[in-house]
Amino acid sequence: MKRLTVIAAAAGIVLLAGCAAPTPEATDSTAPDTLSGTITILAAASLTESLDALAAQFEEAHPDVDVVIAYGGSSALAEQIISGSPADIFFSANESTMKTLTDAGLTVDPTVLLTNVLEIAVPAGNPGGVTGLADFANADLTVALCDPAVPCGSAAQKLFAATGITPSVDTLEEDVKAALTKVSLGEVDAALVYVTDVKAAGDDVEGLEVPEAAEVVNRYPISLLADAADADLAQAFIDFVSSPDGLTVFADAGFGTP
Amino acid sequence: MPASAPRRARRSGPVVTVLGGVGLALLVLPLLGLILRAPWAELPTLVTSAPVVQALLLSLGTAALSTGACLVFGVPLAVLLSHSVHWHVVPRRLLRAAITIPLVLPPVVGGIALLLLLGRRGIVGQWLAEVGVTLPFTTGAVVIAQTFVAMPFLVFAVEGALRSADRRSESAAATLGATPGQTFRLVTLPLVAPGIAAGTVLCFTRALGEFGATITFAGSFPGVTRTLPIASYLAMNSDPDVAIALALVLLAVSAVVLLTLRDRWLPGVVR
Repeated sequence: MKRLTVIAAAAGIVLLAGCAAPTPEATDSTAPDTLSGTITILAAASLTESLDALAAQFEEAHPDVDVVIAYGGSSALAEQIISGSPADIFFSANESTMKTLTDAGLTVDPTVLLTNVLEIAVPAGNPGGVTGLADFANADLTVALCDPAVPCGSAAQKLFAATGITPSVDTLEEDVKAALTKVSLGEVDAALVYVTDVKAAGDDVEGLEVPEAAEVVNRYPISLLADAADADLAQAFIDFVSSPDGLTVFADAGFGTP
Repeated sequence: MPASAPRRARRSGPVVTVLGGVGLALLVLPLLGLILRAPWAELPTLVTSAPVVQALLLSLGTAALSTGACLVFGVPLAVLLSHSVHWHVVPRRLLRAAITIPLVLPPVVGGIALLLLLGRRGIVGQWLAEVGVTLPFTTGAVVIAQTFVAMPFLVFAVEGALRSADRRSESAAATLGATPGQTFRLVTLPLVAPGIAAGTVLCFTRALGEFGATITFAGSFPGVTRTLPIASYLAMNSDPDVAIALALVLLAVSAVVLLTLRDRWLPGVVR
């Protein structure tokens, strides 16, 4: 039981590591504050560390504002919004998922804010001796991918199709953080996750760049939702994360811009 | 119970009826919604599609294996538990708590615990890995996860039957020279058979519905570890109609198991 606690704590530290980075000043901290209320955001799991940091900055600049963020697989979140889950902003890990909401008339002006590419994540010390994408075809290694139903999985599928490699997969995880956790626990020899996840995972995980990944870039659109409770407040948050200061936080986490 | 108990005491008051009705609605309406919202026209195609059949067969197979494991280990555990009434209070309570905790634990927690024990870097798992056995991401891991969550159901069902069974027959058998093994096989087992049958049904349906411990410990891969509940959950991400179809299959299998086994094998035990 003690061991369980220690490892659970370690997993928690991995998740929190991204929040420790020094944060730039919020842009409008000198202006009189008129914003108040709660902003509810549904966001792709890969955005966890940077968006948490930005939400904390925004709340500091606007003490009457409460930012609530639920992270998960983009497709599951989109399905929740379609089923009527109350939310003000959706931040997706790919455009096709955002499009299902746009087709349902639920988005207001989606904008691609960030890009992300895949990278190979291996446990510290690389016990499986993984050197590149070709090792995913080795049946002797235990490898995890995201399920093709979620953006990191569909990107992985495209990457393998483009390189002609048939991966020998042991588990298809429900979102990118679940795949990464299997790596940081050492249960798999390799997983294909985003560059940003490897960066956020800290010392438990090592990243191996994949030259071919530049061909499969995930584009992250953010959108105000049509059913937002307070559209002006939500838009203020979108403007904040889209500002140069906001984008710096994402860039530090490893994201690119379109 | 006296036969002349006043009839009025049996009639429910308006408050009980209304609250009970709300409770019943909460249990029944979501399932009714599932049935009403089901894509009936496409259902035959969806239900016979390869991924659904694959997940169904995997679920039935693993649930049968884990129910078998529950019987092999759970019945003796129930006997131990029923004997523990003669023990000192501390070990007696500890034993009962150890069996109760998995019952009330969120299955995901069970999955994490299993991973930390039997995973490649787990306390026991690292020894297993040295002799070439890795459990996570295998069908065996699914069976272990299901056994972990389902066994308490069987243990308590059997223990209940053991408690209410007439122990004098056992004493008589022992007096007549039967060994403890013979007594258990020829006297105790037949006495508690209805309890075992009830426990087996509960155990099987619980194993069939297992999700949290499985996805955490065994992962999710079609044909190997992706059971019906996991397939249904993941399908909700991409194709809700498939998710509904999978959910209906799960509902139908559970209902069939529960209804047929109850009537056939358990008259009077589960009314």
